[in-house]
Amino acid sequence: MSDTYFTKDHEWIKIENNIGIVGITKYASEQLGDIVFVELPEKGSQAEKGKDVAVVESVKAASEIYSPVSGIIIDANENLNEAPEVVNEDPSGAGWFYKIEITNSEEISDLMSEQEYLELTGD
Amino acid sequence: MRYLPLTDKDRIEMFETIGIKDIDDLFSNIQKKVDINPDLKLPNHMTEIEVEKNLSGLAGKNLHANNSAFFLGGGSYNHHIPSSVDHIIQRSEFLTSYTPYQPEISQGTLQYLFEFQTQVSLLTGMDVSNASMYDGSTSTAEAVSMAKRITKKNRVVLSSSIHPHYAQTIKTVSGISDEDLSYKGDILENLMDIESQIDEDTACVVVQNPDFFGSCHDLSYLSEFIHKKGALLIVVVTEIFSLGVMKSPGDMGADIVACEGQSLGNSLNFGGPYVGLLSTRKKYLRQLPGRIVGESEDVDGRKGFVLTLSAREQHIRREKATSNICTNSGLCSLAFTIHLTLLGELGFKKLSLLNHEFTCDFHDMVSRLPGFEVVSKSFYNEFTLKLPINADDFLDSMSKKGILAGIPIKRLLPENKNFDNYIIVACTEMNSKDDFDKYVNSAKEITS
Amino acid sequence: MNEKGENKGLDHDEPLLFDIGDLDKSGVDIQNPKNKKNLLGESFENRNIGLPGLSEPESIRHYVRLSRKNYSIDAGLYPLGSCTMKHNPRLNEKLARLDGFAKVHPLQPSSTCQGALELIYEISYWLKELTGMEAVTMVPKAGAQGELCGMLAIKQALLSKKQSHKNKVLVPDSAHGTNPATAAFLGFEVITIKSREDGTLDFEDFKKKLDENFAAAMITNPNTCGLFENEIIEISKLIHDAGGYLYCDGANFNALVGKVKPGDLGIDAMHINLHKTFSTPHGGGGPGSGPVVFSELLSDFCPTPAIEKNNETFILHENINEKILSMSFGRLSAFHGQMGMFVRALSYMMSHGADGLRQVSEDAVLNANYIKSSLEDVLTSAYEGYCMHEVLFNDDFLEGTGVETIDFAKALIDEGYHPMTIYFPLVVHGALLVEPTETESKLSIDQFISTIRNLAKKVQEDQDFFKKAPKYTPIRRLDETKAARNPVLRWKKEDVIAAE
Repeated sequence: MSDTYFTKDHEWIKIENNIGIVGITKYASEQLGDIVFVELPEKGSQAEKGKDVAVVESVKAASEIYSPVSGIIIDANENLNEAPEVVNEDPSGAGWFYKIEITNSEEISDLMSEQEYLELTGD
Repeated sequence: MRYLPLTDKDRIEMFETIGIKDIDDLFSNIQKKVDINPDLKLPNHMTEIEVEKNLSGLAGKNLHANNSAFFLGGGSYNHHIPSSVDHIIQRSEFLTSYTPYQPEISQGTLQYLFEFQTQVSLLTGMDVSNASMYDGSTSTAEAVSMAKRITKKNRVVLSSSIHPHYAQTIKTVSGISDEDLSYKGDILENLMDIESQIDEDTACVVVQNPDFFGSCHDLSYLSEFIHKKGALLIVVVTEIFSLGVMKSPGDMGADIVACEGQSLGNSLNFGGPYVGLLSTRKKYLRQLPGRIVGESEDVDGRKGFVLTLSAREQHIRREKATSNICTNSGLCSLAFTIHLTLLGELGFKKLSLLNHEFTCDFHDMVSRLPGFEVVSKSFYNEFTLKLPINADDFLDSMSKKGILAGIPIKRLLPENKNFDNYIIVACTEMNSKDDFDKYVNSAKEITS
Repeated sequence: MNEKGENKGLDHDEPLLFDIGDLDKSGVDIQNPKNKKNLLGESFENRNIGLPGLSEPESIRHYVRLSRKNYSIDAGLYPLGSCTMKHNPRLNEKLARLDGFAKVHPLQPSSTCQGALELIYEISYWLKELTGMEAVTMVPKAGAQGELCGMLAIKQALLSKKQSHKNKVLVPDSAHGTNPATAAFLGFEVITIKSREDGTLDFEDFKKKLDENFAAAMITNPNTCGLFENEIIEISKLIHDAGGYLYCDGANFNALVGKVKPGDLGIDAMHINLHKTFSTPHGGGGPGSGPVVFSELLSDFCPTPAIEKNNETFILHENINEKILSMSFGRLSAFHGQMGMFVRALSYMMSHGADGLRQVSEDAVLNANYIKSSLEDVLTSAYEGYCMHEVLFNDDFLEGTGVETIDFAKALIDEGYHPMTIYFPLVVHGALLVEPTETESKLSIDQFISTIRNLAKKVQEDQDFFKKAPKYTPIRRLDETKAARNPVLRWKKEDVIAAE
């Protein structure tokens, strides 16, 4: 069974066993506007909770993506290199950014539930 | 006052609309805190006649390239600028237009910048270029910052023969600590000795070609070495005309090329404004700072140009910007591109070779002077001379004879005690045989 | 590129240089090289560069046609807030081109260029006198570099007091992006200060954020909302009591020049944009010049070079080892600064004089307030009361119309105007910032006001008109997303061959 959590910086992370898939929320993609470029982390690199791990660029803004949890990057969505617009079209699905092997499962308890995130964005 | 269109009648009408009695009513909140209408120790307004008299007087006190035999280079060169260039850049629509943020009414600017970017890429042998930087020195500093971001490493190695002002600028502006910077200005150091300074923590190596002392190198071998160490090669070019007779920096393995473009379209101007060029490989495109013009389409499918990749710029990324630069060199880059268009491949290469040939002629004459030694083994249009007397004394005596005879190296490298008798001399297509004769005869006289 | 050029009356479709130029053409006659032996060594190559050339008549036509696609201040008003698009006097152009300024080399012996050094000394004096500050450096190449210079001086000052641990810089949320970018670039931690409802800095928020690691605050005055920061003197006192420094972004100096001395407000450094307040031309994006004035707290840390007057001789100090530069933070760029812009700016200053410059700020502030009073009923002012040299509107007046600030701006283009500054400052929603400057006549401003009034009315009736704007320009709205997703940043021969 997988569970999806959220951060105050508008990232989502879908966790199953010890692997998380990370992306940005619909709210974030709407705020940014048309995504033109995504800078993904390298496979095998280390990510630290709360530290920047990727960059998403639109015509009017560029934003850091902060990793919701610490771990090792096991996959990155190379498809976004050719088609960054997928992030706008399907931010919660095909617009995923990277997969991470979580090294400290205690960090999961710091993440927000969907309910809490929706309250944050006032939806 | 000739630049102020409002009349007293206008002002009174406007006061009425706003509902005030006096202009100082609009400054009343300031008046509560501080004095307004201060007493300024400055003259009152002047007519064109008076201003012209004043400033011409100052201009008249200077020796310059048109009233002297002129042999100065060192990062700023005296070339002929075709009359059309200055005429076109003074057109209202180029001179007095704003940055092209509204592309629909700025296609003139955007298209010439797109052409400029292409010309610069062709000259440097690289994939992409931006729409210009302030000048060669800040362009080089930005190249260093770029290399650090790309490689995520901190050490920077500067060749001993880059322009000392450029080395100083890099030190100040690229945020490198003393431990991380390797540099010592010295003509006597062999370029290849630089290899011992490069290690796995090196982000980039900065080499100038032709170098500050005039010498030319093929950097291909050095670039292989640098790349093996995981560092980037930044090549600096201060005399654009050299690129007409030499291998391009791109062909020599450069990853980033930073140039001073002043030689095309822009006068000496006592050091500014100039135009910096910055080019790189396609893979580093998104790390390129400054303004960049890209192609696009409008709603009717017509091709047009826009400022693009601006999300990296400071006004959007604020704390995370790739650089702090805001302006490009606008009119100076226009002058550059017009001049290069007028020259074309044919003219540029011809002029490029001519500069070198004139310098060779001068070289032959001056190397025969007793006590004078040409230090540079190979050169483009400037070389280093060792004099039989102190450089400052020599140049002073020469300038009294109307000859601007060279740049004393110790002026830019004062800590190095070896250079008291060394000067750098440059020639361009603007030098004549008379200049050479005058130089040689006066030099003989002074040093006998 | 369209296969056939689409001309429309006086507007000509002009192809790229690479589509009309020729490798064998040149517009410059050059004597033939002799092609004898060369001394270039191993790096010599007879390269094929690929540079197209044009004859002189073709070149002039190419660039004249391009020029006609540009709006310019010579042709019409630019209501651009924060940019100070004033008239560029032609006397300035004439004087900058005198051989005695344009053909002087920066590394000539000082004895041969005393007039050039004197000019820099003279403009330095004018700037110190106008700002009431202790010292000035003419070196920075543009406003953003001026900011860098000011903050580097502050960093150096802290270093000299062994207080480099103080690394917090306070910046208002309304600041121009270059401010926090410059601070962050230098390694400072940027803390944002909120703005109050009335558009000024929240003094309480500021006081709260001052701590023992406070280094400096970067404030714009008048601020980016067009308002004078009334508590600036109190702020400066608190800053100095905390051992910190006050940097002032001088982009809006046009509101104060000749009228108020920034030095009286307790600032420690301020950059001045010669291309804004002092009329040097914007040139389609540059070159600029950003000298920085300093208080006595920072005057020792100026960058190199510096010019000193000794009896009647001007001395250029360049070497960091010299006593006068011993605490300098170093060199910002090669040579001595944007001399070409100094000549222009000094010509402007002398032309106006003290009385003229005071008239400049008065007329600038008058014109902006006249616009505010004349448009307040149809647009929505962000703030009440008088503004300074620029007036800020928000997009409340567009509510319910479906038209956004960007659409309103694009419609203004069809009316013959460059749009005002939009979406800046960020503290106001859908901001429209209008700065007429003092070189607009009352007639010009009345015409602008009338146009805006008509557009404001139309916005209630015809949304489509705004969404489709502009219609009358040589090119219409461009796809900026496409340009950023697939950047094409140059012409390539391979692309042309592939297309054929």
